[in-house]
Amino acid sequence: MGMSTLCFSRRHALVLAVAAPAVARAVPAFAQSQWDVLRELFFANRPVVDGAAVIALEAPARAHDAALVEVAVRALVPQTPERYIRAVHLLIDRNPAPRAAVFRFTPKTGSASIATRIRVNEYTPVRAVAEMNDGTLYMVERFVKASGGCSAPANKDKEAAYARIGAMKLIQPEQLRFGEPNELRLLISHPQYSGMQIDQLTRNWIPADHLDSIRILWNGEPLLEVEADISLSEDPMIAFHLAPEGPGELRVEASDIKERHFTRSWQLGAGS
Amino acid sequence: MAPKAAQRRAVLAGLLAATAVAAVPGQSAPFALVEIAPGLLVYPGVHEDFSPTNRGGIANLAIIIGDDAVAVVDAGGSPAQARELLAAIRARTDRPIRHLLLTHHHPDHVMGAVVFHKAGARIWGHLRLPSALADRFPSYRAAMDRLLGPASVGAEPVPVDEPVAVGQPRALDLGGRPLELRAWPTAHTDCDLTVFDHASRTLIAGDLLFLERLPVIDGSLVGWLAVMDELARVPAARVVPGHGPPAASWPEALAPQRHYLEALAAAVRRAIRSGRTLSALLADPPPPAGDWLLSTDNHPRNMTAAYKELEWE
Repeated sequence: MGMSTLCFSRRHALVLAVAAPAVARAVPAFAQSQWDVLRELFFANRPVVDGAAVIALEAPARAHDAALVEVAVRALVPQTPERYIRAVHLLIDRNPAPRAAVFRFTPKTGSASIATRIRVNEYTPVRAVAEMNDGTLYMVERFVKASGGCSAPANKDKEAAYARIGAMKLIQPEQLRFGEPNELRLLISHPQYSGMQIDQLTRNWIPADHLDSIRILWNGEPLLEVEADISLSEDPMIAFHLAPEGPGELRVEASDIKERHFTRSWQLGAGS
Repeated sequence: MAPKAAQRRAVLAGLLAATAVAAVPGQSAPFALVEIAPGLLVYPGVHEDFSPTNRGGIANLAIIIGDDAVAVVDAGGSPAQARELLAAIRARTDRPIRHLLLTHHHPDHVMGAVVFHKAGARIWGHLRLPSALADRFPSYRAAMDRLLGPASVGAEPVPVDEPVAVGQPRALDLGGRPLELRAWPTAHTDCDLTVFDHASRTLIAGDLLFLERLPVIDGSLVGWLAVMDELARVPAARVVPGHGPPAASWPEALAPQRHYLEALAAAVRRAIRSGRTLSALLADPPPPAGDWLLSTDNHPRNMTAAYKELEWE
């Protein structure tokens, strides 16, 4: 029988535990929802308005594998130099590390639509917050039924996970189309250890080990930056867009909290 | 009797014409061991999810009785189940239970291990078993407390006294009853172990073989298929699967699982090649190949595991 996985980040769990009492002083504790805490923590209580006209969040109502739940945020507005989505924050209310990732875009993406895979610890709202280039915040949410996604190590084969650490794969369309957004899917192999498991023999914490930054550059200029955390599944997948004017080089620079650095480049569109 | 139970009884009756008593699925009623060969008994697990009623007793457990000692293969899903098993063994023989052989780290196989450890059994397992247990035991314990209730009380991780490395089978003699223990590369899990009983020519396969109940991939789909090729060469007359009837004929018993896993690999590879995302595949999944119980959750979960593994090819 299979059981699944863990998504505590000690660092962030502590942040949340410490921050919550501060918020509790501001509002009566009984009236305070998890979202109030998250809004205080990550958006300094800036107004967050309904985002149904800006983004759509696609997530399964019920996930079969809580350690690997594919979610997509679809941008309903184009990325133009005048008005674009600067960042998408992906939040999982009831995970110990609720902020799964922040995606920071440049207009070169053409579209701020993204997809990724997350761990879900218990029945929870999942939220996507779009931050526009003028700083306004738009939110959509879905309720996801899944549990146990964070309660054991995800890795089916620990040795294999480390043997392949940092390997990358880019899934791209057969033909890159110029002047319009193309969807690319990036896989980065990483065990994404959470730091909340205890080694039963030594009674020591098994240290956290996960990606914290993924930078994607197009012809040397930033396209997308992802701030990652342990709520991203093992072997993180990031689907993103690129609207190229011609052929070029896509470069990925990733790093983890152990300060390993992984880079890889692909020449794209040469045959287009 | 429910049709499913009737059907299962028929399977049992067919396979075990010589055996008068079969366990009643799902009931915590009289504890019945099925003697599938002289001195080789099986506790048949029920095809259910974990529940307080079944006390985690969902996997097949085996007892091998030699002239000097007894070996138990897998300890059951809870200390409560393990204590019952221990009592059932005691009712049958007073030879010492010297060995507990663990086929992998999943809770339905190991959560009762502490009972046999405290009774003095040496514990054998895959070289990777200690690490797998260390990583997962706390979360298994938490899950079992929630799913089984009081039956789970007292479950503790156990030391592995006798590690078995891949490619280095180890022999164990219970007194005129030699066993061979083999560790396998990553397949159902990353620490699968099998036991071959020379006297009865029986392979105790652990969860490298599922029958009736849908196989669960918690290791590697490609690895499992490769291990099955190797496993098929074991010169056994019969097999005790980790889940399924107490015994089945060998190597024919591999066929349904191979059919399912091969069809799964083919379907997922097709999806990946055609650019279908995992979420698109899961929104409209092809059904499992073959006739399986408990596939509603486990089949999509296997598909997820297969996709995640095969997208790197």
